[in-house]
Amino acid sequence: MRVLYFAWVRQKVGIAEEEVAPPADVRDVASLVAWLAARTPGHAAAFADRKQVRAAVNQDFATPDHPVAANDEVAFFPPVTGG
Amino acid sequence: MARVLVQDAPFDIAAETAALTAGRTDVGGVGSFVGLCRADDGLSALVLEHYPGMTERAIKRIVDEAEARWPLTACTVIHRVGRILPGEGIVLVLTASAHRAAALESCAFLIDWLKTRAPFWKREEFDGGAERWVAARAEDDAATARWERDMASARRGQDTPARQAKA
Repeated sequence: MRVLYFAWVRQKVGIAEEEVAPPADVRDVASLVAWLAARTPGHAAAFADRKQVRAAVNQDFATPDHPVAANDEVAFFPPVTGG
Repeated sequence: MARVLVQDAPFDIAAETAALTAGRTDVGGVGSFVGLCRADDGLSALVLEHYPGMTERAIKRIVDEAEARWPLTACTVIHRVGRILPGEGIVLVLTASAHRAAALESCAFLIDWLKTRAPFWKREEFDGGAERWVAARAEDDAATARWERDMASARRGQDTPARQAKA
């Protein structure tokens, strides 16, 4: 699974992207966040306030209950501020 | 056919408007919006980040939504990324239609939706080296929600400004 980070989420995690192989019980965005948050202090800081972090699965905005699978591209970022 | 660009380079509104209407005699008006970088609180630059791949798809989807709601003859959306200085353009939206209401309303719709539905993030850099990420604004969400209410009324068959413009 490819995981991407943007904006301050990227700065807190400390990397822009990583390949991960979460355990089988990680089946949705929420459980992936919980698993990632336990990886490093940077991940923990990025996901400390989960309400401030948005997700996309395969480049579509996704809610915490959205399923994730091994070949997915999952991205985490703050609420968008373009325009 | 909409023109959607995500680019580092500045854009030229006159050249883009000319390209939008070149060779056409069915355009009655072009709605335009240019978002500029303001030098608030000693801001020295704005750095725009995006999600390559998803950004273009998200903008195309927003443009598709506008084209479904208003009778547009052409549309251009250019959003810059990278380092932008005060006074420079950040985003350009051009909408061409036979009539002004459709052009103006679809332009407002597109910029409201770009603010909340396209994966761009702004980081402010200040004189002296401080920096901060721009937080999402409740007003931007409210602006998008207003269009969603309008869409919901349209689905219920009520008359809305957008439907009147389309009629």
